Amino acid sequence: MNQLIVRAATEGAASPLMPNWWEVLVTAIGFAVLLFIVVKFVVPAFEKTFAERAEAIEGGIAKAEKAQAEASAALEEYKKQLTDARTEANRIREEARAEGSQILAELKEKAAAEYDRITEQAHAQIEAERQQAVASLRAEVGTLATTLAGRIVGESLDDDERASRVVDRFLDELETQNAGAAK
Amino acid sequence: MTPLALPAADGGTFTPPTLEDMHLPAIFPWGEGEGFSKQMLLVLLSVVFIAWFFIAASRKGQLVPGKLQFLGESAYGFVRNSIGKDIIGGRDFMKFVPLLFALFFFILVNNIYGAIPFFQLPTMSHVGGAYFLAGFVYITWIGVGLRKYGPRFIKLTIVPSGVPWFILPIVVPIEIISNFIVRPMTHSLRLFATMLAGHLVVALAGSGIAFLIAQENVLLQGTSLLVLVGATAMYGLEALIMVLQAYVFTLLTAIYIQGALHADAH
Repeated sequence: MNQLIVRAATEGAASPLMPNWWEVLVTAIGFAVLLFIVVKFVVPAFEKTFAERAEAIEGGIAKAEKAQAEASAALEEYKKQLTDARTEANRIREEARAEGSQILAELKEKAAAEYDRITEQAHAQIEAERQQAVASLRAEVGTLATTLAGRIVGESLDDDERASRVVDRFLDELETQNAGAAK
Repeated sequence: MTPLALPAADGGTFTPPTLEDMHLPAIFPWGEGEGFSKQMLLVLLSVVFIAWFFIAASRKGQLVPGKLQFLGESAYGFVRNSIGKDIIGGRDFMKFVPLLFALFFFILVNNIYGAIPFFQLPTMSHVGGAYFLAGFVYITWIGVGLRKYGPRFIKLTIVPSGVPWFILPIVVPIEIISNFIVRPMTHSLRLFATMLAGHLVVALAGSGIAFLIAQENVLLQGTSLLVLVGATAMYGLEALIMVLQAYVFTLLTAIYIQGALHADAH
């Protein structure tokens, strides 16, 4: 070690802190070349790849998001259509019910009118027939009675005027008796 | 100062390798003690190797990377994100990524030489390279600061805000010394000294083993095994330090640039 110190002292240039200027120069040139290559080729190439990769990943995500959005839009559409269809069906059902009850009411009304009309008609017919019967009976009864009475009396009661007067009086009496009995 | 000289049975004296031995004779000498040295050759080789590797790794630029591209991208992404983005941050960091990237791998490869047989010379154990790199970074961060703040940058750097005026006479000289004088020195010497020390230890162990093997005494020869075990452990530690120092140097570069970019923030 003594030797070492002595040598370092005698050969001052050998101090480890004193650079060899040729080495500094070579390092400078080497580093400058390396830095140039890195700036010019390596970093741009890596950055380009990184950017492309990020873009590819982001593009994939965007595509997936778009598909997702489309799917949920379609779902919304279907749901809306379904709701619309339900509403429509309800409306139609409601209308049909209303229409049905209306038709039923109309029919009932019509039937009731028909019933009234038929009853009315029947009553009228019965009345007319009764009137006819009464009239024909009155005529018949008169003729029969006079004929009968003529036979009994033996006198012809062919004097129509008198006969009919008699019959009418008889019938009137009968009617008044009937009326009195009815009272 | 002679404890290293072992009292050998046959009277031989151990002469440890000296700093002189760290400088091999030039491969192509020109003039007295000057010439194209192994150190220079290794520097140029490192440039070729790094450029070749990363151009090959980045050239294809496939979206799904192959092995080589993945390795290159991981290495680049480490410097870009862990050093550039995390330290400098913001929108500015991309401008400095090439510098940080080149620095990290230039120093890394030049350090790792020390752990590879045959190369066996961390080029930064010669102070010239470390001086140049630290000087380059020194000029860079001062340039960045001056460009952003103008001459005000010097004031911002040496006068910390929020310090009472009566302390300034003490603080300002300290800031000048620490930022403008000590900083580039520590930046370069840290790298140089760790590499030189590691290289010396390995050389010392190697010559020690050679000396012990040459002894007549068998027991003394046997102790060379102990040295070998210790040297292997040191070798592992050195390999770690080689990587670590490349990282530290680049990290400090990023911190200096970040400080220059945000000189008004502190």
